[in-house]
Amino acid sequence: MSRTARRLRYVFKRLLQALPIVLAIVIVNFFLLHMAEGDAVDVLAGEAGSATPEYMAELRAKFGLDQPLPVQLLVYLKNVFSFDLGYSFRHEMPVLDLVLDRFWPTLLLMVSTILLAVGFGIVLGLLAATGLNTWRDTLISIFALVTYATPLFWVGLMFIVIFALNLGWFPTSGMKNVAAFNDTWSWANIKDVAHHLVLPTITLSLFYLALYTRLMRASMLEQAGMDYVTTARAKGLTENRIMFVHVLRNALLPVVTMAGVQVGALIGGSVIVESVFAWPGLGMLAFEALFSRDLNLLLGIFLLSALLVVAVNLVVDIIYSSLDPRIEVG
Amino acid sequence: MSAPLLEIRDLHVALPAGSERPYAVQGVDLDLAPNEILCIVGESGSGKSLMSRSIMGLLPKPHVRVSQGSIRFGDEDLVTVSDARLRQIRGSDIAMIFQEPMTALNPVMTIGDQIDEVFRFHAKMRRKERQERALSLLDDVHIPDPKATMSAYPHELSGGQRQRAMIAMALALDPKIIIADEPTTALDVTAQAQILKLIKEMQEAHNTGVLFITHDFGVVADIADRVAVMQGGIMVEAGTAAEVLNNPQHPYTQNLIESVPSLTPRPPRVQAAEPVLQIENLTKTFRSGGGLLGFGAKERIVHAAKDVTLELRKGETLGIVGESGSGKSTVARCIVRLVDAEEGKILLNGTDLRPLGRAEMRPYRARIQMVFQDPFASLNPRTKVGKIIAQGPMIQGVPKAEAQERTRELLSIVGLDERAYDRYPHEFSGGQRQRIGIARALALNPDVLVADEPVSALDVSIQAQILELLDEIRERMTLSMIFITHDLRVAAQVCDRLAVMRSGVVVETGPTAEIFRDPQHEYTRALLGAVPGKEWRAG
Repeated sequence: MSRTARRLRYVFKRLLQALPIVLAIVIVNFFLLHMAEGDAVDVLAGEAGSATPEYMAELRAKFGLDQPLPVQLLVYLKNVFSFDLGYSFRHEMPVLDLVLDRFWPTLLLMVSTILLAVGFGIVLGLLAATGLNTWRDTLISIFALVTYATPLFWVGLMFIVIFALNLGWFPTSGMKNVAAFNDTWSWANIKDVAHHLVLPTITLSLFYLALYTRLMRASMLEQAGMDYVTTARAKGLTENRIMFVHVLRNALLPVVTMAGVQVGALIGGSVIVESVFAWPGLGMLAFEALFSRDLNLLLGIFLLSALLVVAVNLVVDIIYSSLDPRIEVG
Repeated sequence: MSAPLLEIRDLHVALPAGSERPYAVQGVDLDLAPNEILCIVGESGSGKSLMSRSIMGLLPKPHVRVSQGSIRFGDEDLVTVSDARLRQIRGSDIAMIFQEPMTALNPVMTIGDQIDEVFRFHAKMRRKERQERALSLLDDVHIPDPKATMSAYPHELSGGQRQRAMIAMALALDPKIIIADEPTTALDVTAQAQILKLIKEMQEAHNTGVLFITHDFGVVADIADRVAVMQGGIMVEAGTAAEVLNNPQHPYTQNLIESVPSLTPRPPRVQAAEPVLQIENLTKTFRSGGGLLGFGAKERIVHAAKDVTLELRKGETLGIVGESGSGKSTVARCIVRLVDAEEGKILLNGTDLRPLGRAEMRPYRARIQMVFQDPFASLNPRTKVGKIIAQGPMIQGVPKAEAQERTRELLSIVGLDERAYDRYPHEFSGGQRQRIGIARALALNPDVLVADEPVSALDVSIQAQILELLDEIRERMTLSMIFITHDLRVAAQVCDRLAVMRSGVVVETGPTAEIFRDPQHEYTRALLGAVPGKEWRAG
């Protein structure tokens, strides 16, 4: 079987394996959220201020919250498999529309963050490792240590203070200027979104950037001591060739693995960054949903995040198998 | 003799401050002539590898460096020559072959690309021409299907083929000197014989000077024109192969040669006929792949042991010999119940151990004990030696004081100081650690000792001591032993009877002397034929 055919089969297999995983995630999430005290009716009633117990019971019956849990679960599962994620009482919109609407900003933020963190992490790690124990290495290591230790929200706030308020280079918040452009793919609109994207992306990526820098540096140094490097040297290759062709590709493997694992954590981190920069993404939506006990919406967000993580892991595995021929797909 | 290719004079390689000794190599003088194979022999730590690496400027700088002396190659001194010039020399004039071809080749680069690099950096050639040269090189070193090998990755080749590819790479630009650092140590004996033949063949065809580093006198006898023996960084003896091998002058060389086990089996001992352990139709299969609904990788099935039937009689040593992948270790692990065999019987004094559960097995655990191959990996580095040894009996219910008493006694039996009791494994050398491993196994008073390659990680002089110790213990405690080895020389000296395994199947069993005199199976004949240096020290 050719490599392409094997790979296609592998993708198909992985998608098939993802089904039970997603199902399990849905069920676990459902029970997890129902373990928390209170429901949407509590919040609605609390905000209204003068709800009688009868009215609350009526509301619960209307939303189906008076049914026993297993029944609620079955109803929910049935709905999920017909692509109906329920209705958000808070936003008065179907969850699916709401979630999809917020999904693209988050995806945009995530992808740009990963690219920035992995890309610069690799470059910085490489620079540090090739200039081991020089000022370059020291500088990069200090930078990595400081960014690694600084809390995300603080960095975000400081960026706003310095680059948005004092210098005025970037907007403070949001994803675009007030409905100025309706055409999504117009050049002006893309530029506007990109302009808004700069600060949140840098904020979110700094921590991971530091992590990958350190990992890349360590991995380069480890690989530089391997036997095949001595072989390459014995062949008369230049140090540059050895570093950039032989060592680099082997050193990339742990970084790619790590990045793949951390995509999930990135969604968690995006909650903070989206809140700080008022980025209209899933993270911010999740934050709001949590406080208004909007369980349907939360479940929808969780489901989408889970699907995202499953998909990203698949992509990472495919990248990995093309980087490392020893990994067999199929 | 024509003018030497390489002249090493008064070479000193300095180790970083705080090392065991100030110099890894001290005052070595050496000449290498064209068209000769010079073997550098020594045990681990003798400095032979660093010596060879200093020639190509491959020392782990800046900690380890040449501090004195010269290495003349043509009219240049390789110690003082510029880095750029050294790069030109490497790969084109002097090439190197390493011990472990799996790690010495870049795992994520195809064999073709790795050979191609040598041409790219040393000669101006078109891509097509380079590829043709690489193909013909692979053909020269007798790799089956050179075309496919070009686009293969190192892990897709067998050990022998990887080493052939490595040799092809070294030969790419027809170097004047090839430095081979233990090139056959990681290979099976049959592959080793082929690679040795190949190196000799290439060396004769190209008039190359070969510097061959090895620890194995058998290999030396097969391949060397001249021999230099190193000990602790100093060259203690040098001369032609015939001189050094048959009439060694220095006591160290004499001792080393003395330690090489003879290929003549020792006289069989009188044995009881009553069996201690009977293995009947033992089968173990490893499966991988397959998986969900058949969408997984193609299922791979390896028959590690297939219908293995063996009998161990009281007081005898049964050797299981075979190459890597023959299933000999799997059989050992099944017997000790580290691995569960799926079929067959393991009868210890008539009780079948195979179907026993964890709790039922416990009393029998003490009856069969194992000695492992790697004395560095098989002892817990965070546990004191005394505890390692006493733990077993204590778990079996022996009172603490008694177990400790026994431990001290065992330490002296295996030839260790009593003070070893309170020390950690890393404070001991490889040979001493193997003694600890043996003491640990003996602490439970086993009936059967299963030794899985107990001496293959050790230097030859240490190996001789450990074999002697095992012999002594076997006499003293009337142990029955299953001895697993790939080394027929060792087997000849240790085993009363032999079982030869290949691909999970026992192809031949019989008394050692008989198998050596008149091997029935062609595989046994191939194994015996491949033992290095068999003409030199047959008896």
